[in-house]
Amino acid sequence: MHPQRKKRLRLILFLVIAVGVAVGLAMYSLSQNINLFQTPTQIANGEVPPGRTIRAGGLVVEGSVVRDAEGLGVTFRVTDGQSEVPIHYEGILPDLFREGQGIVALGQLDTSGTFEASEVLAKHDENYMPPEVQDALEKAHLDGKAKMEDANSSGTDTSYGKGAGY
Amino acid sequence: MENLALYLPEIGQFALILALVMAVLQVVIPLLGVNRGQLWLMGYARPFAVGQALFLVISLFVLAACFVIDDFSVAYVAANSNSLLPVQFKISAVWGAHEGSLLLWVTMLGLWSVAVALLSRSLPLDMVARVLSIMGMISVGFILFTLETSNPFARHLPSAPMEGGDLNPLLQDFGLIVHPPTLYMGYVGLSVAFAFALAALMSGRLDAAWARWSRPWTTAAWIFLTVGIALGSWWAYYELGWGGWWFWDPVENASLMPWLVATALLHSLAVTEKRGLFKSWTVLLAIFAFSLSLLGTFLVRSGVLTSVHAFASDPERGVFILALLGICVGGSLLLYALKAPTVASVGRYEVVSRETFLLLNNLVLVVMALAVLTGTLYPLVYDFMGLGKLSVGAAWFNTMFVPLTVILAVLMGLGAASRWKKDTLPRLAGVTAVAALVAIVFAVVTPFIVQGEWQGKVVLGLGTAGWLVAATLADIWKKSHGKLAKIPKLGMSYLGMVLAHIGVAITIVGVTMVSNYSIEKSVRMSPGDVETLGDYQFEFTQSGKIEGPNYTSQAVRFNVIQDGEVIEQLTPEKRHYSARNSIMTEAAIDVTLFRDIYVSMGEPLENGAWGMRLQVKPFMRWTWLGAIFMALGGFLAMLDKRYRRRVGVAQA
Repeated sequence: MHPQRKKRLRLILFLVIAVGVAVGLAMYSLSQNINLFQTPTQIANGEVPPGRTIRAGGLVVEGSVVRDAEGLGVTFRVTDGQSEVPIHYEGILPDLFREGQGIVALGQLDTSGTFEASEVLAKHDENYMPPEVQDALEKAHLDGKAKMEDANSSGTDTSYGKGAGY
Repeated sequence: MENLALYLPEIGQFALILALVMAVLQVVIPLLGVNRGQLWLMGYARPFAVGQALFLVISLFVLAACFVIDDFSVAYVAANSNSLLPVQFKISAVWGAHEGSLLLWVTMLGLWSVAVALLSRSLPLDMVARVLSIMGMISVGFILFTLETSNPFARHLPSAPMEGGDLNPLLQDFGLIVHPPTLYMGYVGLSVAFAFALAALMSGRLDAAWARWSRPWTTAAWIFLTVGIALGSWWAYYELGWGGWWFWDPVENASLMPWLVATALLHSLAVTEKRGLFKSWTVLLAIFAFSLSLLGTFLVRSGVLTSVHAFASDPERGVFILALLGICVGGSLLLYALKAPTVASVGRYEVVSRETFLLLNNLVLVVMALAVLTGTLYPLVYDFMGLGKLSVGAAWFNTMFVPLTVILAVLMGLGAASRWKKDTLPRLAGVTAVAALVAIVFAVVTPFIVQGEWQGKVVLGLGTAGWLVAATLADIWKKSHGKLAKIPKLGMSYLGMVLAHIGVAITIVGVTMVSNYSIEKSVRMSPGDVETLGDYQFEFTQSGKIEGPNYTSQAVRFNVIQDGEVIEQLTPEKRHYSARNSIMTEAAIDVTLFRDIYVSMGEPLENGAWGMRLQVKPFMRWTWLGAIFMALGGFLAMLDKRYRRRVGVAQA
């Protein structure tokens, strides 16, 4: 091979490897920094190992918000209509945090099954439902419906018409 | 007069339709002229552009008028205004939501077209015709989009509501009056560089003259983007109530990506103009910069961020804008593929030369943009494939950006100090050695001066900024032979670069300090309580009520005490907006050049106590001050006299 070409080939090979390594590192780092959203049902089913940082969310259960007597600690439960998860948070809650509102929290599950939140998010729009929560509610609702259908499968069809539209 | 007011929305819509007609003519007639070589047809490009913009401006003003006179029969007004809303917010509510901001978007496109039409006397008529025709195409797409899917003039008849739903309180703020229009000016302004690049491709005249025409336009758009992004960050900082100034939120990322690519484009254009190199690359960057603006519009406007599924279930808007994006990117890349191989870059350069440094710089900027793109789209793709919902943590973006910024700044210093065409490492090392030394000393000593903890990240950030400033100043010193009087003669373009680069250094200092040295504390406080944070004491003196025009707030008065003396009284508020029954935190901030004191209220607790968030953020202002320097630098560069040459000179 022409020495000039050989040199160029080596340069290209080097560049390809360098780019490959850089992309690999970036993607690895990305995979370490993603926070999966888990529904209360998934958490209640034990699908989430304690200590892993995830995002959890749902509707804040009415009457579940309890503040500590001292400091800024607060405990509340969130639900997707099927299961509930207790969340503990130390700090200032967002303006739109209230009972019945959809919220998303970032944090870890501790060994007692309480979700220790480092951040609580509620978007700045009273009509806004975090998409994750919307999804979780729908999923839980569908699961519930499926169970009902299973239970009723021998009897008359009480569920919404299948394939018949609305 | 009363009758006129009654038909205002129809007038606005009619004006928008007329603007569409004008835009179609602006596309077809000049291009026909170019095709047939008939100058009189090309000559229509300018009047149609002016006409289109006129009707768009009328349309926008009519919408504003609907807001001002509280015409709640207009659905958009009813959803985003209220009779109690102060009038300046009624006007800014025009771009407070989807429909109106689209109208603003196309109106700005119209205004940019007029600017091109009026300021292009030195340009050959066939280029003007092509450029305006391409801008007209974009306009046609977006006016159609507005009319078809997002008509701001749609009526709620016959049962019009008596009162409007009010503007989101978060948006009732000076920041919202200025931030979106500035950002949109930047987004849309990149269409000019895009149109110039495509026009040059079409005509096969990718030369120094083309680069010289494009440069000031690209710089103008870049200035707006820079200021727009900084305003957005500043607004989020004081308005969201928790002191964050950048969240790596998809909406922010959508504005950062075009900025990064536009910055690369500015520098690539410089090489193309001065040395006739990198032509294909420059064209590609112009296409990408505008495509990313469109992608940003798509991300923010299609609903795809709220939920991929919401997008799929109500796809009208999303699909329309995705189609626009596809046609625009696909069409321009096709043209590029067909024409770019015929473009030859003449001229050679050595491995060690300013060309190489600028090329590397470009690569780093593009890699940064790709990183942002990856982090922004990854959750969407993941969700779309049904794998579940996830978010990419801010930590990842920071991990990517810190090293890349350091590399970028090192290259910036070397690039500015190096020579075109051919340079040698020993010479470069010689002229920059002092700068490197200054940077290291600055980085190591500064943490002691500000009495901060000695951290690797801080030293790295300060070193980077110090290097950038020192290398830049060393270059001025050398070019002016150490004589201050000679500095103004170095040329506006050069001085603009100096100012912008120093701006980058200022921002790096700000980001470094505020990210590493900020202190904060969330506490329960009752009247009379005193909390200490850093060098400051915060005394909760009293609480009370404040009546606003469309809200009532509970407020707390704080004394901020330093060394036993009250240096400032701060009054954070918790506002209740009755129309939407929503609560807003209004932070109180004491600002100096070297630190911000930020106090915001949490929730009311029992016995008159409140949750309070206290923060001290050193060098916060520098983050945005740097952006002002960058923008001023861009402005100086635009004033360079070579952009104001007359026809004869330009062609000589």
